[in-house]
Amino acid sequence: MANQTILLDYWPSMFGMRARVALREKGVDFEYREEDLTNKSPLLLQSNPIHKKIPVLIHNGKPVCESLNVIQYVDEAWSDKTPFFPADPYGRAHARFWADYVDKKFSDAQFKIWGKKGEEQEAGKKEFIEAIKNLESELGDKPYFGGDSFGYVDISLITFYSWFGAYEKFGNFSIEAETPKLIAWCKRCMEKESVSKSLPDSEKIVAYAAEFRKNNL
Amino acid sequence: MADELVLLDFWLSPFAMRVRIALAEKGIEYESRGENVMNNSDLLLEMNPVIKQIPVLIHKSKPICESLIIVEYIDEVWKHKSAFLPCDPYQRAQARFWADFVEKKVYSLGRKMWDSTGEAQEAAKKELISCFKLLEVELGEKPYFGGESFGFVDLALIPSCCWSLWFEECGINMAGEFPKIFAWAERCMDRESVAKSVPDRHRVYAFLVELRKKLFAKH
Repeated sequence: MANQTILLDYWPSMFGMRARVALREKGVDFEYREEDLTNKSPLLLQSNPIHKKIPVLIHNGKPVCESLNVIQYVDEAWSDKTPFFPADPYGRAHARFWADYVDKKFSDAQFKIWGKKGEEQEAGKKEFIEAIKNLESELGDKPYFGGDSFGYVDISLITFYSWFGAYEKFGNFSIEAETPKLIAWCKRCMEKESVSKSLPDSEKIVAYAAEFRKNNL
Repeated sequence: MADELVLLDFWLSPFAMRVRIALAEKGIEYESRGENVMNNSDLLLEMNPVIKQIPVLIHKSKPICESLIIVEYIDEVWKHKSAFLPCDPYQRAQARFWADFVEKKVYSLGRKMWDSTGEAQEAAKKELISCFKLLEVELGEKPYFGGESFGFVDLALIPSCCWSLWFEECGINMAGEFPKIFAWAERCMDRESVAKSVPDRHRVYAFLVELRKKLFAKH
């Protein structure tokens, strides 16, 4: 039942979007609850007392935190539906490596592009371009990072696509010019309902980032 | 066979220690190749071209990188004994959460405490203390973070105990302030897999002090 699965989330968060995509891929009925991060709900603070961050997936009363952890949990708890990981341990380790790369290198770099200016922003842009080139090289000619099927790495990365407009606008560059295959992969993923329903419109994200820059930079 | 499994290693690296412990827990033979972290070998660059760091486990010529990912891989390939992660999805999520917490907080703060001075070092120390407080609560009365058996979170955290003399020098009284973690560390060190994989803390302390002198002599 829907009230047994609750997602505490924040609409522009690419990390929150990962949880949305994972749940929709498995066809799970869930209740989406928007958090006001300036005034966090008691439920959020109680469910994630350590980091106090979204997303938090609350399944049958028990909280799961950290977005990559949520994706893995969803995969294991709803194991009867299409798996996010291959069966072989090496394939699984490989997928974990690349999702971890997205979280460490790619994520840090992208923030600098829209969240910083000047030298920091320039450095972020260089790191970002290196990261997307590495990712494109990893993708190769496969339809998805998971091979023939959409999987863990795809979910961990595709949610940032909603932010590409913001990176291009504030970083003043074209991602497609740098990594055309990666953009083709993004569009392929967006054809999936689980993805298109979970990512907000690019213009809304651009406006959100513009507001952030106005208030913080 | 040992020649199917190679670990690109560095004696001081807490991340490599995790892998050594994991392999020992499973009773697996392997060849350890010490890397000079100042001067990456050709094999390292070929096997981990993206991150260029040890540890790298090479199994049947295929590389696996990032210590906690390697530990999960070992757990999945050698399922016959000593499971590091529980079967239940929720318990697994909890274990991953705490291992991630240890990864993001304990090691980076420990490092910061070592390579900074003054206010920055004080701030790192305060934050590290609050992390240990949370871990002390999480451990509770359990013998291990994994419950009755040594597991994923224990593996993630135990290498930090070889920095204990450095922590003491910085004013963190592990035995006094975190008695449960202190007892847990002693319990882990009693395990053969840990005892043979974690270098002597005096040797580590001497090395860290020496390296720190060189680091600050440059500035």
